[in-house]
Amino acid sequence: MDFLLINESYKFFDIGILSIIIFLPVLGSLVLLFINNDNAVRYFALVVTVANAVISLPLYWGFDPTTPKYQFGEHHAWFPGLDIWYTLGIDGISLLLVLMTTLLMPLCVLGSWKYIQKRVKEFMICLLIMETSMLGVFMALDFVLFYILWEAMLIPMYLLIAVWGGPRKTYASIKFFLYTLAGSVMLLVALIALYLKTGSFSIPNMMGQGYSTVFQFWVFLAFFLAFAIKVPMFPFHTWLPAAHVEAPTAGSVVLASVLLKMGTYGFLRFCLPITPDATFTFMPYILWLSIAGILYGGFTALAQSDMKKLVAYSSVGHMGFVTLGIFVLNKNGIEGAMLQMINHGVTTGALFLMVGMIYERTHSRELAMATGVGKFMPLYVIFLGFFSLSSLAFPGTNSFVGEFLVLAGGFTHSTLIASFAIPGAVLAAAYMLRMLQKVVWGGTKNPDQSYLFDLDAREVITLAPLLLFVFWIGLGPSPFLDVMHTSVHHLIEQVNAASHGATTMASLIP
Amino acid sequence: MKVMLFAPELFLLLGCLVLFFVSLGSSNAKTARNIIISIAVVNILICMGCKDLTGELFFSAYKIDPFSQLFKIIMSFGLLVVVLFGRELKGIEQNVKAEYYLFLLLSTMGLIMLVSSVELLTLFVALELSSYSLYLLVPMRDDHGGLRYQMESAIKYILFGVVATGVMLFGMSYLFGLTGTTYLNELIPRLHAMYDQPAVIVGIAMVMGGFFFKLAVFPFHFWVPDVYEGASNETTAFIASVPKIAAVAMLIRIAVLAAPEGKTIITMLMVLAVCSMFYGNLIALVQKDIKRMLGFSGIAHAGYVLLGLITLKETGYATAMYYIVGYLVMNLACFLVICKVSRNGENVLIEDLSGLHKRAPMLALTLAVGMFALAGIPPFVGFMGKFMLLTGALREGHLPLVILAALNTAISIYYYLSVVRITYASDPEDQPMVDVDGMTKALSVSLMVIIIFMGLAPARIIEVASTAVKAIL
Repeated sequence: MDFLLINESYKFFDIGILSIIIFLPVLGSLVLLFINNDNAVRYFALVVTVANAVISLPLYWGFDPTTPKYQFGEHHAWFPGLDIWYTLGIDGISLLLVLMTTLLMPLCVLGSWKYIQKRVKEFMICLLIMETSMLGVFMALDFVLFYILWEAMLIPMYLLIAVWGGPRKTYASIKFFLYTLAGSVMLLVALIALYLKTGSFSIPNMMGQGYSTVFQFWVFLAFFLAFAIKVPMFPFHTWLPAAHVEAPTAGSVVLASVLLKMGTYGFLRFCLPITPDATFTFMPYILWLSIAGILYGGFTALAQSDMKKLVAYSSVGHMGFVTLGIFVLNKNGIEGAMLQMINHGVTTGALFLMVGMIYERTHSRELAMATGVGKFMPLYVIFLGFFSLSSLAFPGTNSFVGEFLVLAGGFTHSTLIASFAIPGAVLAAAYMLRMLQKVVWGGTKNPDQSYLFDLDAREVITLAPLLLFVFWIGLGPSPFLDVMHTSVHHLIEQVNAASHGATTMASLIP
Repeated sequence: MKVMLFAPELFLLLGCLVLFFVSLGSSNAKTARNIIISIAVVNILICMGCKDLTGELFFSAYKIDPFSQLFKIIMSFGLLVVVLFGRELKGIEQNVKAEYYLFLLLSTMGLIMLVSSVELLTLFVALELSSYSLYLLVPMRDDHGGLRYQMESAIKYILFGVVATGVMLFGMSYLFGLTGTTYLNELIPRLHAMYDQPAVIVGIAMVMGGFFFKLAVFPFHFWVPDVYEGASNETTAFIASVPKIAAVAMLIRIAVLAAPEGKTIITMLMVLAVCSMFYGNLIALVQKDIKRMLGFSGIAHAGYVLLGLITLKETGYATAMYYIVGYLVMNLACFLVICKVSRNGENVLIEDLSGLHKRAPMLALTLAVGMFALAGIPPFVGFMGKFMLLTGALREGHLPLVILAALNTAISIYYYLSVVRITYASDPEDQPMVDVDGMTKALSVSLMVIIIFMGLAPARIIEVASTAVKAIL
């Protein structure tokens, strides 16, 4: 296990810190089964998620940014007969995603405090199980463990949308489930094929094995289908607006902030290091799909009258930037993409929370119903202003740093492709400012908004940490970028170790 | 103590006699129920107690080995669960309840004898003992409406069953004619020696046909939807689970005849597996009656099980065993809910489950776990089973088969998910509440725990299954 560093000091009763972080929420959900008071349920879920966030903080301090190895490692036998191990570890690619997940979950609980009024207990149980599986996906270094958590996540997410969702919840939830599951069945076949080639399910052992070009080609396609649907990349995005719009606030936040990142995380963790040759083969096509996603997401968002749909389509555009950054395959691009993953989690999560807050008051997500609230909800529009600016990558906010790095990487790779991404940034400004203008001021035909009350302390507490990160990353990104450098460098080395993109698509067709 | 080798069968025979005498009296349903529950419990204990025995009986026609003993325990468990959640026997006519239990027990006894049979005629007799008892269970339904549509099911069941048996007997005659013996252990070397003869392959395939019928593999599946629909819920629960266990056990014993170079047999099994999966899953998509849906899903699952057999290897057989045991538990979980939701033993439509989460949260959860497990979503047993089956098949180089099987997972998720959607995401409207007693809750929880535990910790179970399979190779 030379790829794994085991930090002895981060153990508690011989249980590694990563295991504690993974299993605390699911244990909490078991305890929740026996609590019957709705308020007690809410407080307990909050305590569990906050505790998990606090426990996860030492990961950052204890993380050694000078090595590309997987840290805080755990390696236990699980099913020796098939060589399946319980292997956990995080590197510079997954560290921030883990921290973002643990820090977001308490906010999700807070954000659904009043929104969820029926079956609170079941809701919180679903949310906690979600947390377990999401964290597990980012930490798992055994492919079977990864796949189990990756798929198991569908069940609580499906229930979150199907039970607590909006009017078209049935359609949205089934579409989400079918789309994602159909995408990942081929991942299972690829997983088994890789196992039979390498004799182990260990993800790091699968990297750099010099598989034949044709094998890489097919494995890459299986990976790509699963991850592109999850991201979602254009043209696999159609489940996203439906699911986002119908999901309850916390569901949307989890979906946008964490679930979408699993797709891009999959690209970084699997596609690039395991199938480098195929990555070079497919790179141009994926870059153009990313551009298509950026432009398509932007234009569609511009036309939305439903606030949630607007934010959902903006996600398609933003995730296009992420995939663009990943597949230009240089340091700036990948680091920018990784930072943009975090930024999107923070900003879009916040925007969904804000849409949820206005929905709780007006019981509508229609932009027309929410016009001109600035007069009555000054605090609300202050937050909305900052988060909108962040979403359109205004200098000084987090997304600026991310998009700047992605575009810098893009221009290094190809001026043509990067120039096509520029209108995407302009479009983001257009749709965000349009929404901001309407919500804050509106026009002469504003509905009567005088019954609205401003944010209460709970809502401010929900949003404040996110705002902090908007400016922290925006003004001083180095604490976030520093932990990535070594891992990204290592990743680029792994990709470049490939025999290089001499193969073309045509040569692969027999 | 040779009698100990035969103890489970003797005990069940004794139980049958007791039930027979009980059935002679009148208004004795309750007594019969208590008797069969105690018999089922004691039977599990006896099977457990005999699990390490080995030996041969009746001129070596009857073999007690770890393989058979393991299956006996599993089937006894299945019987107990079915009689426990079908306690009220809502769908059975009042005056034949005692007889119903008698035949149920007799059928189980036949199945338990079947897995120990290592001689073609013994095997045939045991199979028929269990089959005829099952044929009789179907028409005992009380349909409350006087339409007597269960009779149609019963006739279909028996006709298809007899044809399948005929095919099997015909195959047996080939095997006997070619080798001059009916003992499996003597058949193996002789058949391997003349494996290039088409008659051998035809013979083996036809013998398998009899068990394909029990397992509901395409093209021996025609009875499934009608029998599932026409038989009472409790009967269907039994037919859909316990005999399939025995069928897999016997298919493994027969498949050993074809090893090691059974190219033709492998091809045949592959075609049947693909047809079963696609046929079952595609037709299940449009079903409205949940029992019919589970019937078609059962056909698809039979196809998955064949993936384990086509490897003709020890690990493949062990995986097939693991999968069918998992299937038993998942299926029982679903049928438990059906039996409880059905008020007077009538059939349950999928839409009748609407809002079940409010009417009976525990049953809704059980059903959801059962459905997700059948769909093969981790962390449940269905996923781990499918994963190992696919790994085994791909290791033998059957890539197209594995891809088709994976695609089928994607197809099947829709109808399983529809059931979950109805139970969780719709409102009960005016559907009545469902009473759930303590015993049902305990049963639900234990089935769910088994489903999750088998899915997360398969190592020990696979080990036991491998040891058992080694005993017959």
